[in-house]
Amino acid sequence: MFLIGERINGMFKDVAKAIKEKNKAVIQALALKQVSCKANALDVNVGPASGNPKEAMEWLVKTIQEVTDISLSIDTTKQDVMETGLGICKSRPIINSVNANEEKMKNLFGLAKKHNASIIGLTMDKAGIPKDSEGRMELAMKLVASCVEYGIDASSLYLDAVILPVNVAQPHAKEVLRTIRDSKMLADPAPKTVLGLSNVSQGSPAQYKNLINRTFLAMAIANGLDAAILDVTDKELMDSLITAELLMEKQLYCDSYLEAYRKK
Amino acid sequence: MERLIEKWQDKISEVTIGAKKPIKIGGETGIYFIDGEDKCPNPPRVAMEVWDMDPEAWPEALRSSFGKALNDPVEWAKLCADKFSADLICLRLASTHPDTKNTSREEAGKVVENILKVISVPLIVIGSSAPEKDNDVMAYCANVAKGENCLFGIATQNNYKTLAAACLSSGHSIISEAPIDINIAKQLNILICDMQFQADRIVIHHATGALGYGLEYTYSIMERTRLAGLSGDKMLSMPMINFVGQEAWRTKEAKTGQKDTGVLWETATATAYLNSGADIIVMNHPKAVEEIKKTVHRLKA
Repeated sequence: MFLIGERINGMFKDVAKAIKEKNKAVIQALALKQVSCKANALDVNVGPASGNPKEAMEWLVKTIQEVTDISLSIDTTKQDVMETGLGICKSRPIINSVNANEEKMKNLFGLAKKHNASIIGLTMDKAGIPKDSEGRMELAMKLVASCVEYGIDASSLYLDAVILPVNVAQPHAKEVLRTIRDSKMLADPAPKTVLGLSNVSQGSPAQYKNLINRTFLAMAIANGLDAAILDVTDKELMDSLITAELLMEKQLYCDSYLEAYRKK
Repeated sequence: MERLIEKWQDKISEVTIGAKKPIKIGGETGIYFIDGEDKCPNPPRVAMEVWDMDPEAWPEALRSSFGKALNDPVEWAKLCADKFSADLICLRLASTHPDTKNTSREEAGKVVENILKVISVPLIVIGSSAPEKDNDVMAYCANVAKGENCLFGIATQNNYKTLAAACLSSGHSIISEAPIDINIAKQLNILICDMQFQADRIVIHHATGALGYGLEYTYSIMERTRLAGLSGDKMLSMPMINFVGQEAWRTKEAKTGQKDTGVLWETATATAYLNSGADIIVMNHPKAVEEIKKTVHRLKA
C-alpha cells in the first residue's frame, strides 16, 4: 500500500507554529520520523492560518528536501500555491487534489502533465459530495475520462471517494467502501484509490479517534484500497494496516510478519 | 507483436562466497532463462560434494568416478575442483555424526583446513545432521576457516543460533533451511537477521526432493520464493541452493537401475531446479555435473 504521511499540515498546531517561526528543525524531524515509519510520500499543507501561503509552501518544501528526497504531495486548493510547490519538488510529486469540476480538472490535469505528477481526484464537484456510491462513481468516471483526455495515464490517478466524519455523516462510510471496490472497474489498468483517512474520526472524542481510523482502514483495505493519507507514526494503525494487507494476501505470512513488513 | 516482459520491482541479493577466487551468486532482477527478462548477472553454479569419510552407501556407478580419492577428502576435493571443474566444493562432515565415526571437532577442523590449502574454489561446509554435535563441530570449523568467506550450513528454525553466531564472528555466509514451508523459511530468515546477520549473507534451502520423490513440491516453493523476492519481500530475496546429488543417488532407480540411470536422474533433477531459480546446485556425479554446466551455458545463450 502506498502511504502518504499526513503530519506536515498547518492544521496541526506544532506545524503552524513552526511555519510562523520558520523553525526548520520541527518540520525536518517530522519528515524524517514519517520516512522512518515507512511513508512513501509526505503530504505538505500550509494550513488555513498562513498569511502568505505561497511563501510558506516554498519554505516547507525546501525545508523538507534538505533532509529527504521522498515524493511530496502538495496539498492546497490554491492554483498558485500548487504551482510553486510542484515547481521545486525533486521527486515525482503528487497533486492533492483535483475534483470533478470542469475548470479545476482543466487547470490541474494540465499541471499534472507539465510536472509529470500523480494526482488525487476527489469524487466531488461544485454541488458538493454525493450522498451515495452511485453519485461518487459518476464523478469518478468524469475524473477518469478527463485524465485520459489530458493525456495522463489512468494509473497516475488516485481516486478519493471522500470520507466524511462518522459523527456527523454516518451513512457515508459504507458508500465510500462501495466506491473503492467499484471504481476498479472504471479503466484497465484500474485507477488507484486513496483515502484521507483521519477525516473519518474528525470531531469524535480523542480516545476513539485512532480506533475509528484503524477500523475503517482495515475495512477499506478489504475493499481494495491502494493508498492512504494517514498518520504513519501511529503504531497501532500501522499494525492494523499490515495485518489487513496480510489477510488480503499482499504479503507472505510468517510469525514475525509485522517485523518483516517493517524490514522492507 | 509486442512481447510482454515482466518488470520486477526488486532484486535478489548478491552473495559472495570464497576468498582466493570468490564467486558471486544471486543478484537476479528477473527469472533465469526467460528470454528478454533474464537479467541475471551471475549464472547458477555447480558445487560438488566431498565427504570426510568413505560414503560406503553410494552406488558403484557413482563410486567408480572417484576411485581411491573417496578415502581422502583432500584428494577428492582436488579431483573435483581440478579435473571435474566444480565451481565450488561442498564438504559434508559425515564422519562427525555420533552414529558413524563420531570424529572430533578437531579432526573435522583439520580436514577443513587441509582442503582450503589445496583448492582455490570457494568452500561450502555442512554438518552431519546431528544437531547437537553439529553445533560443536560447525562452530569450531567456522573459526578454523575464518577469513575464507565460506558458506556454512545448515541452520534450521530449531537450531540456528550457534551456527549463525559462529558465521557472524568468522565472516561466513549461512544456509537457512525450512522443510518445504515458505512461511517458516521467511520466519527463519527474520530470526537470523535479528542476530545482526546481513540478509546478503543468507542462502535459502527449501529441502530438495529428487525427481519422482517430491521434486514438484520444492520446485513450486522455490518459484514462489523467487517471485516474492523479486516483488519486494526482503526476507525471501536470497539466492537458493539445492542438494541434488544426495537426493538423486538415494533413489531406488539410481541404486538399482542400469549403469547410467543415476546420472540421468541427477541431471534431470538438477535441470528442473535450474529452472525453478536455484543459484547453487550441489551434485555428485562428474558426468551429471558436465551435463548441467552445458545446460546452463545453452540456456544462457
